[in-house]
Amino acid sequence: MAARGLDREARQGLALVAPPFAYVLLVMAAPLLVMLATSLFLFKTGYREYVEGFTLANYLQVWADPIFRALMLRSLWVAGLVTLATVVLAFPVAYFLSFVVSPQRKALWLFLITIPFWTSYLIRVFLWSVILAPNGVVNSILDFFGLIERPLRMLNSVEAIVVTLSHAYAPFAILPIFVALERIDRALLEAGRDLGENRVMTFLRVTLPLAMPGVVAAALIVFIPTIGDYVTPTLIGGGRVPMIANMIQSQMLDQDNRPLGSAIAVTAMLVVAVLAAVFMALNRRFLKVRA
Amino acid sequence: MIEFRDVHKHYADYHALRGISATIREGEFFSLLGPSGCGKTTLLRTIAGFEDISSGAVLIDGRDMAQVPANVRPTNMVFQSYAIFPHLTVAQNVGFGLRRDRRGRMEKDRAVAEALEMVGLGGYGARAAHALSGGQRQRVALARALILKPKVLLLDEPLSALDRKMREQMQVELIKLQRQVGITFVLVTHDQEEALVMSDRIAVMFEGEIAQLDEPEALYARPVDRRVADFIGVMNFLPAEVLGDGGEVVAVRIAGLGIVEIPAAQISRAMPGDPGPSVGFRPETMTLLGAGEEPRGAVQVSRGVIDEVVYYGDMTYYDIRLEGMGEAVEPVRISMRNVFGRDVPAVGIPVRVAWSPGALVLFR
Repeated sequence: MAARGLDREARQGLALVAPPFAYVLLVMAAPLLVMLATSLFLFKTGYREYVEGFTLANYLQVWADPIFRALMLRSLWVAGLVTLATVVLAFPVAYFLSFVVSPQRKALWLFLITIPFWTSYLIRVFLWSVILAPNGVVNSILDFFGLIERPLRMLNSVEAIVVTLSHAYAPFAILPIFVALERIDRALLEAGRDLGENRVMTFLRVTLPLAMPGVVAAALIVFIPTIGDYVTPTLIGGGRVPMIANMIQSQMLDQDNRPLGSAIAVTAMLVVAVLAAVFMALNRRFLKVRA
Repeated sequence: MIEFRDVHKHYADYHALRGISATIREGEFFSLLGPSGCGKTTLLRTIAGFEDISSGAVLIDGRDMAQVPANVRPTNMVFQSYAIFPHLTVAQNVGFGLRRDRRGRMEKDRAVAEALEMVGLGGYGARAAHALSGGQRQRVALARALILKPKVLLLDEPLSALDRKMREQMQVELIKLQRQVGITFVLVTHDQEEALVMSDRIAVMFEGEIAQLDEPEALYARPVDRRVADFIGVMNFLPAEVLGDGGEVVAVRIAGLGIVEIPAAQISRAMPGDPGPSVGFRPETMTLLGAGEEPRGAVQVSRGVIDEVVYYGDMTYYDIRLEGMGEAVEPVRISMRNVFGRDVPAVGIPVRVAWSPGALVLFR
């Protein structure tokens, strides 16, 4: 009886997850497998000339390529900076939302915070190029007040990319930190005060450790997609500071070398996966964060 | 020790504390008792420093606490939710307040171990705090507060989350602990039984005011008004008509009991909402007489009929309609310990009850 009931439940469960599972299979797993196969079984030898059969030549080429290493490191560096900037800026906002805003107004504030993100990502990135351009908003204002003689060069730099991406990912950092802060029993903060700590120490010893799951989630949510960002280095970096996605795009489309492009993509994915795994392990070991 | 001087607390449109004046003595087990919303927790939080007061003063050891923030007050609190830090171990929780202590690490560890021993959690130090049961959490909260040797321990409904058995056990343990450490305990509770069991003195609060501050026996035997009488234990009320006030005694005619002279010491005040003067008495102060049984001592005897019998195992409640009390009045409730070999009388049987004027309280 019990076993049959369980079977039926299991079947119902499978039926429920089947459509999204099929979807993921079709648009995630299948392309990934195609890419993996392309990188392992094709090697480009000339214009529209390929050698078929298992080979690691693409990967050897990727690892030997100093440009790949430079761009991978730059991508990680930019993603790291963006993560740092985003989390550091998001924390006060989330803290304000959770601790200062009255409960009735929290929904309104969340709504206001997400309003800028109703426009598409592409347009927001493009607007930053308007803000940072030589004749853009910032330079016009500085010039108006006579603070500069020549327009500042702000575009086409790592800094501009970091600013743009930090803004683009802000809500993805604010929301998980906000949720973590909301879950903190306010009595714990009173207990910290009651046990002799002032507000700052209570924050450091109680609030911050308890908010860490949110901070960790925010860091991962920002870090991982930022590494592979394509739009911002293209529009804000102007092609002067390419990142790994630009290299993949270049191999795939400009050079028409799909096997090598696929190998770069797979390698970059592996690097990110290893980094994320190390991060999670360190996190569990030292921060003892239970998500 | 702790002194409240005309303490008022206003929230936006709510007057939570309405002129509290009271003194809590050094080393006593003091309870703030009242229904929810009476202001008892707010009052406790003014001692801890978590609640600003609108006017008046709170003094600890003669020192006005107005400018003293919570973290430097000589008080520690056991929170209703226990507020155990979920990211720390049991030992880290207990040692949380020792950071600024100048003792060496070894001595601090020993102090933590001793504090855990004191609350019966010896050897639990390395456990994760989030894996503890409710009772264990409470013990950790106690150890964490007591290790700092506060002058006052504040307890905010600490037993309300425990099951009945555990609660009764913790009541006894808290009393013992308080004697052992010898500091002032201030307990907030809505459970009158808990307050009676544990306290040296109790302040009964209603609507932001202290209605009565007394020892448990006095509170039980001589409630100042019907609200207090109703809130603490069971009390029967019978309508009374004041016949004459002789100063020392007041003569009243009580429905069902006849004309009685009540000494001035047994007179409490009537509240604006009361349905006129009344006389109250506790269920155990009346005795059901068996057939042919003679009353002992200076008592009076009235007649009535059993209206309802509620059997509790060790005792039985009898609702009795007294002769001449009228149909509009609720039957009086009498409690009798069940003695082996004696029958429990049935509903509808005419009975005699013995009572003493000394057990009556007149509310006028």
